[in-house]
Amino acid sequence: MSRTPIALHIFHWLFVLFMVAPLAVVVLVSFTDKGYISFPFDGASLRWFQAIWNQKSFIDSFWLSLALGATAATLAVVLAVPAAMAIAWHRFPARDLALALLMSPLMLPAIVLGIAILRLLSHLGMTGSLAGLVAAHMVVVLPYVLRLVIAAAAGYDHALSQAARSLGASAWAAFRRIELPQLVPGIAGGWIIAFVTSFDELTMSIFVSSAGTTTLPVRMYNYIANTIDPLLAAISTVLIALTLVLMIVLDRLFGLDRILGGKA
Amino acid sequence: MTKRLLLPYGLVGPGLLAALALVALPLLLTLSLSFLPFTYADGIGDGFTMANYVEIATDGYYQEIFLRTFLLALIVTGVSILIGAPEAYILARLSPFMRAIAFVVVLGPLLISVVVRTLGWTILLGNEGVINRVLLSIGLISEPIRLMYTFTGMAIALVHVLVPFVVLAVWTSLQKLDPATEQAAESLGAGPLTTLTRIVLPQVLPGVLSGGLIVFALASSAFATPAIIGGRRLKVVSTTIYDEFLNYLNWPLGAALALVLLVIVLVISVGVSRFVERRYKQAFQ
Amino acid sequence: MAFLKLESLRKAYGEFVAVKECSLSIGEGEFVCLLGPSGCGKTTTLQMIAGFVEPTEGRIILNGADITRLGPSKRGLGIVFQSYALFPHMTVAANVAFGLEMRAIAKRERRERVAHMLDLVRLDGFADRYPRQLSGGQRQRVALARALVIEPSVLLLDEPMGALDALLREEMQIELRALQKRLGITTIMVTHDQVEAMSLADRVVLLNNGSVEQVAEPFAMYEHPSGRFASTFLGKSNVLAGDVSGASVLVGDQELPADLAGMSGAVDYIIRPEKITFAAAGGLVRGQVTARVFLGDRWLYQLDTPVGPMQVIDTNVGLPKAVEGDAVGLVWAAENARVVARGAAS
Repeated sequence: MSRTPIALHIFHWLFVLFMVAPLAVVVLVSFTDKGYISFPFDGASLRWFQAIWNQKSFIDSFWLSLALGATAATLAVVLAVPAAMAIAWHRFPARDLALALLMSPLMLPAIVLGIAILRLLSHLGMTGSLAGLVAAHMVVVLPYVLRLVIAAAAGYDHALSQAARSLGASAWAAFRRIELPQLVPGIAGGWIIAFVTSFDELTMSIFVSSAGTTTLPVRMYNYIANTIDPLLAAISTVLIALTLVLMIVLDRLFGLDRILGGKA
Repeated sequence: MTKRLLLPYGLVGPGLLAALALVALPLLLTLSLSFLPFTYADGIGDGFTMANYVEIATDGYYQEIFLRTFLLALIVTGVSILIGAPEAYILARLSPFMRAIAFVVVLGPLLISVVVRTLGWTILLGNEGVINRVLLSIGLISEPIRLMYTFTGMAIALVHVLVPFVVLAVWTSLQKLDPATEQAAESLGAGPLTTLTRIVLPQVLPGVLSGGLIVFALASSAFATPAIIGGRRLKVVSTTIYDEFLNYLNWPLGAALALVLLVIVLVISVGVSRFVERRYKQAFQ
Repeated sequence: MAFLKLESLRKAYGEFVAVKECSLSIGEGEFVCLLGPSGCGKTTTLQMIAGFVEPTEGRIILNGADITRLGPSKRGLGIVFQSYALFPHMTVAANVAFGLEMRAIAKRERRERVAHMLDLVRLDGFADRYPRQLSGGQRQRVALARALVIEPSVLLLDEPMGALDALLREEMQIELRALQKRLGITTIMVTHDQVEAMSLADRVVLLNNGSVEQVAEPFAMYEHPSGRFASTFLGKSNVLAGDVSGASVLVGDQELPADLAGMSGAVDYIIRPEKITFAAAGGLVRGQVTARVFLGDRWLYQLDTPVGPMQVIDTNVGLPKAVEGDAVGLVWAAENARVVARGAAS
């Protein structure tokens, strides 16, 4: 494998540069001491990171997105795990249809889903409600959980359940003590991907959130639409740093390519 | 016995109800919405009209937007495949350590908000941006190239956002490839290029196409990147829907636009994957 | 006259040495098996001959020419891979034709040679199938046809029977041997299955820990193993640690007869279980039967003796000759025992 031609190496490093450049530039710009975005700049400071603390609206949105992501991911797990077990382990009429329906949010453009759910919420008089936001996020992240749990369930050896039952375990005990623990890696991976997806979701949330329930990406988008200043770069830098930590954890736990396979 | 037969429905039921209530029902409501009349004076009216669809089909303004959207999606898909597939191939040949780093760099952005990534591109692409400054200072250009608020700028940023999907899909199918097939080709007298084009490429083609399909679907409905890089004047379908809904409050027209977009994307997606399935049915199952 | 010669081949990956030293001369038309447990270096050796692994030291001479640094695509060897490595996106015919295509053979001749080869491996009528649609045995025959159609100077087989079940394996072994004899092609096969090696090969090369342990014809290797490893890897053996004492070998307190040929000091005394017979009274060693296993055509007895646990194999000609708990004497002929210096060859 050492016979890789030099041209491929050059291509690879250009590709890496292309992928890193926009993120690196955001990080660099966030350390400016100027009041506007310019790069390269001469004075470095942390003033924009300190400025974040005075932007209560961004802080609030950050906590909202965090809570929203955790809630949506947890609800999605609660719904997706039994569904994945049914789909992976049972043959029943309408199985394919059920799978298609549960996976459909992946096929639907986020913008279409956004206006569709906005339409539903306005019908119910729930426009801008927190419950509506949570429900919308839950159904959007559910396919990610479902896919990873189905993959885990498909690899499960049913002889383990049979062994448990032969040793006197009830169906429930076999589920709790044997089956569920075997699915945990898939569930954990699914939860994290679901959480990240919800935390980053913009397009649908624009339609579903309101002044009182503005998620972080929506607030950032609205801010960019008006002005671009180093404050946003500083917030982005914080997010990039957090993601980097998460990525290292994910790679250690699952392998980045495997877990992101659930994203594509 | 009936208990066992009902079990899968009990398990899948709650999730299914959620999907029905939050996906199927809203889509039906949107469909009905798209047939409602609208005037700026009175807002959304009652009745049934095809007017919104007729407007989309006949007004050159919307035709141009649809054309721009799908041209953009097509170009972004093509470029993503062209650079993403070779990158996946290179990843497979890197040492484990270099590969781990490359993974974080190439796949990591999938975990970072599109807003953050697009912000980076606005800093790079502006007239006073990094790219123009670098090109000016090394004397490649004498005055700044306009990249912000251009089609090219949108395409560049969208490729950045979406190319990881191609890398991932091709990487996955490369993993399934038996490395001995490359050795077999070599032992039968094939050079590196022949091995690549005759043995490796055909085996990963389904991966390339499925990755491309994801990119196409996401590019044709992308919102944040075209909205920020393209701005108000260079509209695509999704930014138009946004304006109709949140600025002009013409929901029926916005709904009609969304459904037309949805149908086109679905028809193309299903069409291509059917083609891929039929083409490779015998060799890959 | 050596057709293929390996001269002191060595392969090291940093600290790890996969092949310490491998020298071998193979005659034209010969069928040689590289035999050994996993990790013995047999596959690495094959990969060096094929050109996929570059030797750290040593040379490979094929028909008088040094091919050590030649790329695998220029060596013109036929290889059957362990996974068969059939091209999944090509039909059987396209798989077999690939090597001819690379040699720019005209389409017409290509078609004829492919048809002839498929006929030879009894796959006529399968030309338009895809590998996925074939059974394991059929896939193996496609791999064989693809390797043979280019008329290679040497055929390399990497555990070709590994993926087949026992019955099919036997059938394919017979078929492979017949085909090899008919074509007269020089063949090197890697296997970890000693029965397969003995039944197929003209000569067996026994490898252990990256070194050649013994090279011999199957019968000679079985009858005259070079040491403890060879005697236990090929078939079963009782290996007793002893010392030369006068004209016999002293194991514990027991004197055992042997053909010593001037040996002295610490030795391994090797006797095959099927060379031992029971004696009601007396015997070279007396022992007690602790277990017996019925193997169909044979009985395998496990015994406790003063020289340690021993095994005896007896042909099934009706009733068993002993049951658990019986005290029996064991007898064998001195010429059937092998005595080798201990640690001579591991």
